[in-house]
Amino acid sequence: MKNNLAPLIVLAVLAALPLLGLNSYVMHILILSIMWTLAGMAWNLLGGYCGQVSFGHAAFFGMGAYSAGLIHLHLGASPWWGFLASLPVVALVALGMGSVVLRLRGPYFVLATLAIGEVLRITCENLTDFTKGTLGIMITRTWVEKTQYYYIILGLAALAFIVCRVIVHSRWGYYFVAIREDQDAAESLGIDTTRYKTIALTVSAMLTGLAGAFYTNYMGYIDPGVVFSLGEISILIIMVVMVGGVATEWGPALGAGIMVILAEYIRSLPLIGVAYQTMFGVLLIVIIIYLPNGLVGDWPVLKRKLLRRGAPA
Amino acid sequence: MSMLEIRKLSMFFGGLAALHDVNFDVRQGEILALIGPNGAGKTTLFNCVNGFYNPSEGQVLFKGKPITGLKPHKVCNLGIARTFQVVKPLSRMSVFDNVLASAFLRNPTRKGAEDVADEVLHFTGLWDDRDQLSKGLPLGKRKRLEIARALATQPEFLLLDESFAGLNPAELDVSIDIIRGIKQQGITVMIIEHHMKVIMAISDRIVVLNFGQKIAEGTPAEISANRQVVEAYLGEEHGA
Repeated sequence: MKNNLAPLIVLAVLAALPLLGLNSYVMHILILSIMWTLAGMAWNLLGGYCGQVSFGHAAFFGMGAYSAGLIHLHLGASPWWGFLASLPVVALVALGMGSVVLRLRGPYFVLATLAIGEVLRITCENLTDFTKGTLGIMITRTWVEKTQYYYIILGLAALAFIVCRVIVHSRWGYYFVAIREDQDAAESLGIDTTRYKTIALTVSAMLTGLAGAFYTNYMGYIDPGVVFSLGEISILIIMVVMVGGVATEWGPALGAGIMVILAEYIRSLPLIGVAYQTMFGVLLIVIIIYLPNGLVGDWPVLKRKLLRRGAPA
Repeated sequence: MSMLEIRKLSMFFGGLAALHDVNFDVRQGEILALIGPNGAGKTTLFNCVNGFYNPSEGQVLFKGKPITGLKPHKVCNLGIARTFQVVKPLSRMSVFDNVLASAFLRNPTRKGAEDVADEVLHFTGLWDDRDQLSKGLPLGKRKRLEIARALATQPEFLLLDESFAGLNPAELDVSIDIIRGIKQQGITVMIIEHHMKVIMAISDRIVVLNFGQKIAEGTPAEISANRQVVEAYLGEEHGA
């Protein structure tokens, strides 16, 4: 596969960053950015390449997070096993969900995924014996330092990057894009659209679940309102990809960095800080109007505009 | 030998019979043209063959086996490919990637699929446009891309839905050559077309539909001499 150099350089730079002795706040920002990169790449596979826009990825994030929380709560196992536990759990949920929602197209699919995310949140809040409901689950974090968490999430994100790259350049990837562009044409060209949409959904869900399992281990506390949140998870994942670039390889990483830093910045502002979600909404509208393909996707357009402005009149 | 057999095929939409008790065979290696006025049921028949519709009555047999009710991707897997009257290019994919996506059907490896795509693009004369986004192509080439994509699935049987509509005379000649080339490769073709010059030039036999029913079947010479066809469709000047 061509162009392996750029990802390796990025990975090397990121791997070297903690050696600079960054303070723990900066490390926190980096860890969150990489976690959102992972979730964004996962969403992008289904929503970007396969064209099935999900507003319910919090379902998978939450399932991943609770996989880690629940095996600790009920089995006394280390929440790190949550990574392994989450994979079959999330895959099963995705397959079940897919068999229903993937029959739907366009806005109906969007609404169905949105509903499933919310249904899981409410279920999780009410199964108080099993999940402790809104009390949430507390775990003891393994390390006080950030560095270990940083390398773990970086490793996961690198793995997801490789998975996505291999898929996108393979037969699966071409089938995903064909389905996005015209489902009837794809079907008549011999592509089992139901099957490949299910594959896209399942892989996307499993990678999102890993981000959720990491969240539990890193934050040390989860509750349904946060990990199954429509606004803070489902929509934020979409924003990450939209800002960075839908169906682009580097879009999620760029979008995640921007969104995390922006969220921190806006929240620190006096007065409007509390309304950061409103600000995100405004940003989303601006992006959709001016850069519908995101920063990476519309980079050529953006460059032309900036150059023209910069040039002497 | 019959490649495709249409047996007592009917398709009702509510009270409307889009197809009513249609019977005919398509023989191996021939080019069969399906003609008739707008609304005669030609595209409906294609949709029944290719699996988009499950016919209300009757059967479609491909190489002797029933294929009625199979999903379109299964039908394509069996060796029947189609094009669309209203072209459906995968717009934000390059011409090459459009064809490559289809070529993966029988060539799971990228190398194998690329070889097939190369060959098909040369054959259809789209090689020079391979890096263009398909939405940027002029209509004539988009029509050809439909054919290229269908060929990349390496079919035994090809359904062409108005692949000549809207082409200029030069493009018409190119497309006629392509269809003849397809026949030479041993692929059986059923084609819907309004362009009588093209029909008379390439088809071995013609089936005429009118209001969902077959009104005639025969060689081009027989059809142009058929009184009923002339009245229903061709008009006097072609009947001479």
